[in-house]
Amino acid sequence: MERINRDSKVRKNFHQAKWDEPIIFQLSTPGERGIQVPLAEQEIQDIVGNGFDSLPLKMKRDIPPALPEISQHRVLRHYMRLSQQTLGADVNIEIGQGTCTVKYSPKINDQLAKLPGITALHPLQPEQSVQGMLEIFHRTDGFLREISGLDRFTFQPGGGSQGIFTMASIVHKYFESRNQKIQRNQKIQRNEIITTIYSHPSDSAAPAVKGYKIIHIGPDKDGYPDFEAFKTAVNERTAGFFVANPEDTGVYNPRIREFTQLVHDHGGLCGYDQANANGLLGVTRAKEAGFDMCFFNLHKTFSTPHGCGGPACGATGVTKALEKYMPGPFINKADDGFGFDDQNSPESIGKVRSFYGVAPVVLKAYAWIMSMGAQGLYEVAKIAVLNNNYMFKKLMELECVDAPYIKGRQRVEQVRYTIEKLTRDTGITSGDIQLRMMDFGMHYWTSHHPYHIAEPMTLEPTETPSKADIDEYIATLKHVFKEAYENPDIIKTAPHQSVCHKVDSSPSDDPDQWAITWRSYLKKTAVKVN
Amino acid sequence: MKTIGFIVNPIAGMGGRVGLKGTDGMVEEAVFLGALPLSGQKAARALDAFKRLEKTADVGLSFLTPPGGMGELIVRSAGFHPYIVEANSSFKATTFKATTFKATTSKATAPSTAAIDTIASAKHMMNKGADLILFAGGDGTARDICNAVCDKIPVIGIPAGVKIHSPVFAQTPEKAGELASQYLEGKGLRCVEREVLDIDEEAYRKGQVKTQLYGYLKIPDEQGRLQSRKAGTPLSETASQNLIALSIIDEMQEDIIYLIGPGSTTRPILENLSLPFSLLGVDIICNKKILCKDARERDIIRFVQNKAFKIIITPIGGQGFLFGRGNHQISPQLIHKAGKENIIVAATLQKIGSLKGTPFLVDSGDLKTDRGLSGYIRVTTGYRQEMVYPIQ
Repeated sequence: MERINRDSKVRKNFHQAKWDEPIIFQLSTPGERGIQVPLAEQEIQDIVGNGFDSLPLKMKRDIPPALPEISQHRVLRHYMRLSQQTLGADVNIEIGQGTCTVKYSPKINDQLAKLPGITALHPLQPEQSVQGMLEIFHRTDGFLREISGLDRFTFQPGGGSQGIFTMASIVHKYFESRNQKIQRNQKIQRNEIITTIYSHPSDSAAPAVKGYKIIHIGPDKDGYPDFEAFKTAVNERTAGFFVANPEDTGVYNPRIREFTQLVHDHGGLCGYDQANANGLLGVTRAKEAGFDMCFFNLHKTFSTPHGCGGPACGATGVTKALEKYMPGPFINKADDGFGFDDQNSPESIGKVRSFYGVAPVVLKAYAWIMSMGAQGLYEVAKIAVLNNNYMFKKLMELECVDAPYIKGRQRVEQVRYTIEKLTRDTGITSGDIQLRMMDFGMHYWTSHHPYHIAEPMTLEPTETPSKADIDEYIATLKHVFKEAYENPDIIKTAPHQSVCHKVDSSPSDDPDQWAITWRSYLKKTAVKVN
Repeated sequence: MKTIGFIVNPIAGMGGRVGLKGTDGMVEEAVFLGALPLSGQKAARALDAFKRLEKTADVGLSFLTPPGGMGELIVRSAGFHPYIVEANSSFKATTFKATTFKATTSKATAPSTAAIDTIASAKHMMNKGADLILFAGGDGTARDICNAVCDKIPVIGIPAGVKIHSPVFAQTPEKAGELASQYLEGKGLRCVEREVLDIDEEAYRKGQVKTQLYGYLKIPDEQGRLQSRKAGTPLSETASQNLIALSIIDEMQEDIIYLIGPGSTTRPILENLSLPFSLLGVDIICNKKILCKDARERDIIRFVQNKAFKIIITPIGGQGFLFGRGNHQISPQLIHKAGKENIIVAATLQKIGSLKGTPFLVDSGDLKTDRGLSGYIRVTTGYRQEMVYPIQ
């Protein structure tokens, strides 16, 4: 059989599965049942009652909930079809979701998380009955301490933004406690958090939710955070500095220690956004860079699948000095096994999420770290950087692609490119390319808004695609760029092979139109469902 | 049925090819030097998007356009059947016909069209209910359109002139057409106000750049058009401007006088305070009450004498001038008296992004004052959100 040359192969016959599947509520047929729940036997009823009398009166509905009435088979078809309508990581060469670190996550780890011993766990079980899971939490904490150099981790935050919010809450508590104990009469408030324009927008948004004023630092000519601007920004109002390094550009700031030192000199705290630490494992650590806190997205670097936006974990770590502010409980090892330290520190920020984290996510991260080993983690970083720079070199050979900043130097694990020249030449924007790439079964991402790099394209190969995968992605990109010059109409009218055509996202910005539940949709559109 | 106003300034861009830095009052010299009219060709490229719109979106289109090379010829060549609106009587459509958009002759006859033709045509289009005006030209043409329609209907500029300083132009002719067709298709694009700027060509030919702010035009917001799987819908420019205004209002201090400079970024401050405002002037407020609308320098001096005051300004989009463009009422003496710490700069992150990293500029008329402002300044970019940005 002839071998396919993937550096020139473009999947022109790709077509995404399209079922035109309606909302499940629209499929409801009155009286149709998916399952008939049998009445409990008399013997059981005699012991536990009818199951309703113990409920508070106010919690009982007068009428049954308006749930869709559908047979099991139709429900199965519904979700099977929806699953086929996604352009997920197991379908496409997942290189185009820059900053997201979507890598291949070994399926065996999913299987581990599906074991009955895991799925049947309940967070309120007695400690003695969940010793295995507690040990996994404890050991994963230990791994992350080693990887970051910090002293204690919590798995409570359910994602990166909540990790940042946890760091902002710790900063807040830290100064609150200092003001109460040391500087009661201090007039100047610590009310500013500094971040950079190429750090993730959540580094601004989460501290803003906590009530901080956000100060942004732009890049200097080389793409590093402008240190001179930073010096003018840091003052006695600076509560903290939250930053990603490398930033979204893939440029690593080698002077980061000077930045954290300056903040410390002014009494502030530093939080490292390591949501994506894929290029740094075993290479640099938060501690040596001078950070007091950091967080890792287990669903990025540590290979726990994103699962369409969840479940996730923004494991957040701190230095010994800040441990007392962390959300509890902690899991400690004692002579008689593992147990919760239920005594929240009086200075704790309190819980940021119920219980102590999503156990299956922590389990998958633990399994992945164990399978890689220390040397393997370092290897991950090296290959992720190698893959990225191979792709970087190949793409920079194209006339219509450029990458601002540090010309002639390599990037870490991702690059924010610009295709401004292509737009100038053809009128085709990066947003147009994004839609056309879907016609070949590929993701492609532009950038957060607003764009600070014109017509941006953010790609991150991670360590998992093979050279042939990367070559195929590049070949597809080249094909689409060529189309832009020769047949722009086909791009302007894309996608052609996808589930749906261009989505009008304007209602999502309009309170009169947006609807996040079926009931709300019915109210706003007055659609009658038969 | 959607109605598009389509105006081409046929002389736009002619001065550029022959090094005249603009075509205002220089048409004959440009022609003598061998300049060819090319704006029609560029304008034609924008019309491709409408062919696609008719075909794929099934949107009925009608064109309103002036006669001859000011639009009619180009629209007809693209296969549409336009309604002709009268330009000013001085426009010699027939003379122009041979030279405009084929542009194949080696020595063109000077096409005769003037600002008054553009203004008259745009006014006709507005009165006849055009949903949007697409115009091809440069900054001078944008000024004429601004004179005619102000911010009453959306417009999009097709870049075809020598001077393209006003951020009312799309990046390319194709993009202008695409943006217009997206807007007409009802894709929910929001409109934003953008500055109309022009330079004094006479001074420019002598090597001096003197940019003036002439007004604002309403254009569909390109950012709203972009889809992004991860970033969600970007905050609209108007929403961002309102957040900036609310932040500044919340931090206003009692008995401090605030000089509010011109611009669509600063205007929401007065709107949110339910105070009258002048779009192109400087307004003075204190304790959230208006003291003077559209103040001259002498008014400002009178109000701030022996009083603490702050200056609220916004940079010119795409250029970054903080002082010396459209806010000359705030003299170097006033800037000096206020001090850098009392200058509040307001700009959305979109506006900062339009500067592509180039520093803010100051051309107050006094070198010492300009130098005193150099370094970094905090810019209010949202509600309790600031950016540290360089000033050259």
